[in-house]
Amino acid sequence: MSAGAAFSAARIGALMIKEFIQLRRDRLTFAMILVVPVLQLVLFGYAINTDPKELPAVIVSADNGPAIRAVVTALASSRYFAIRPGFVSEAEADTLVRSGAAAYVIAFPPDFERDLARGLRPQLLIEADATDPAASANAIAALPEIVSRALADFLAGPLAGKAPSALPVDLVIHRRFNPEGITAFNIVPGLLGTILTMTTILMTALALTRERERGTLENLMATPATPLEIMIGKIVPYIGIGCVQVAVILVCANVLFHVPMMGSMLLLIGVTILFIGANVTLGYTFSTIARTQMQAMQMTFFWFLPSILLSGFMFPFRGMPDWAQVIGVILPLTHYIRSVRGIMLKGNGIPELSGEIWPLAAFWLAVATIALARYRRTLD
Amino acid sequence: MSEAASEQVISIRGLTKSFGPRKVVDDVALEVSRGEIVGFLGPNGSGKTTTIRMICGLLKPDGGSGTCLGFDILTEATRIKREVGYMTQRFSLYDDLTIRENLDFVARIYDLPHRRDTVRDTLERLGLTRRKDQLAGTLSGGWKQRLALAASVMHQPRLLLLDEPTAGVDPQARREFWDEIHRLAAGGLTVLVSTHYMDEAERCHRIVYIAYGHVVARGTVAEVIAASQLATVVVSGGDTLALAAALKGRAGIEQVAPFGNELHVVGPDAALLRASVDDVLAETGSTGRARAGETSLEDVFIRLMQQARVADSAGNGGAA
Repeated sequence: MSAGAAFSAARIGALMIKEFIQLRRDRLTFAMILVVPVLQLVLFGYAINTDPKELPAVIVSADNGPAIRAVVTALASSRYFAIRPGFVSEAEADTLVRSGAAAYVIAFPPDFERDLARGLRPQLLIEADATDPAASANAIAALPEIVSRALADFLAGPLAGKAPSALPVDLVIHRRFNPEGITAFNIVPGLLGTILTMTTILMTALALTRERERGTLENLMATPATPLEIMIGKIVPYIGIGCVQVAVILVCANVLFHVPMMGSMLLLIGVTILFIGANVTLGYTFSTIARTQMQAMQMTFFWFLPSILLSGFMFPFRGMPDWAQVIGVILPLTHYIRSVRGIMLKGNGIPELSGEIWPLAAFWLAVATIALARYRRTLD
Repeated sequence: MSEAASEQVISIRGLTKSFGPRKVVDDVALEVSRGEIVGFLGPNGSGKTTTIRMICGLLKPDGGSGTCLGFDILTEATRIKREVGYMTQRFSLYDDLTIRENLDFVARIYDLPHRRDTVRDTLERLGLTRRKDQLAGTLSGGWKQRLALAASVMHQPRLLLLDEPTAGVDPQARREFWDEIHRLAAGGLTVLVSTHYMDEAERCHRIVYIAYGHVVARGTVAEVIAASQLATVVVSGGDTLALAAALKGRAGIEQVAPFGNELHVVGPDAALLRASVDDVLAETGSTGRARAGETSLEDVFIRLMQQARVADSAGNGGAA
């Protein structure tokens, strides 16, 4: 009871009650407290799968003999591979792998059937897109077993006597783009996009809310400055800062991790500016919605969480269920990570990347429209 | 007054604004001529800030019409913003920029010609040349106000809107601030200034009193006091506390306010007021002596506020 007590439960109680009242008034924070755990549970529990199945594969083959059919059927029924019906040429296969439309090329040499029948152990060439070693590892590990069984069944027929004790084919596995399966080659380009997402969105999300909180926005709005001028003026500096971050990360990627740079630096810069532009505009949109800096930070976090989990940065994109892939396709980070990995590891050019570039541009345009619509000329 | 001097800088009628169900500004009319300093008075939440924001295009009125500097306040807010200087209630320059950087920013936003010279001259006039590289956030309240004022007139506006510019500023700084405003007005600038301070109201050419969104009095200070027809009796000596209690509620007595060792007793009827005071002095056998006093602007405003509250309750079916 004594007001002079060194430790007062009543005083602590007063502070606790005040905190709860303030928390209840801040609806956005309150919603985040409830929504974020659910979001995390759903994403981690349902969306993430480190053993992706149904990876797109194409077949390169000159003929369509029974042995080839048996191997293809076995690959498909293993569920690791989603085999595209029909055959493609080697050139087509290469384009499909570079653009990411196919993760595997299974190539049968012209005399596969004949050599197999003669017991000559013909080559069976498997090209895997190994940019993400984790995504391709399980499927590659399962290959010898799948092929062996398929051909064992096949050789059990009239050619049974010719079944060799070892694998009847010479299984050549070619890990393209990252032959040694170095994880850093996959992570570092992904990290580039992740770091940019966090910093650029946060910085711009705070830019306008800070002015609002400090009361400088009213002054700014009383000047002749137009919403478009204010938006451009606030966004461009952060695009510059993002570019500096890119330079730092790229130098580190090269010096510390020896990540190769197979493609065009100019193209990488171009895609990066597109990506940063989309992000800072999104951040600006957040700052037109959030009333306080605290809310702006929460909105940034809310965006960041699905971005790192569903973009293919941490976990294989193809391992995710369809609904998660749909969300992932909307996120700019997904397309940026694919572009950076494509340029740095595969040496991709604009033709292979067009499928990633237009979604970035479309996203940018969409959020810029929302931002301008949201920004009010008046204080109403 | 010459013809140019009598030109209307602000001319608005029927200005109305609601936030949700609450009518904050209701049918306000305002005329301000060139070179005038008009004081905008009223209690907190009476609609002063809202009215000022509507004049400079920061808020869209729900109803009413008018012009500011000859531009329509509903459709030409962009033109108005170019020629109006606006000083917000809160210090709204950047704390984390230096004095010079703040002025430079404002000069660039208004796209001023001879920017460097303008900023240098402004610093010179303010006497802040030596401190130009100091962060604005580290200035004292008085200096912040002077800096904000200088920044808001740098683009040579024709109208200056000041929203409680001297809140929290010491008397010396306030006096200097007002001297500067009079200098600016003498140069042809029109000033609309909102304030709570009675001494500041008395430094205005004209005052407009707003309560609960309605204009309830306007004119010069003398005119507003005269129009109130209030009489004041000053009682000095005796037990002021006991006297005040006895005086309250007597016929003809509206306000009883202690000022040091004196009581200001105010009522609408001079004869009735004097009679009531004399009665109370006699009844209580107090040693206090009564004499006729001068009605102050504050007495008038308290009366206007009370009347407006009664009217508002009657009109809105409850207190706002």
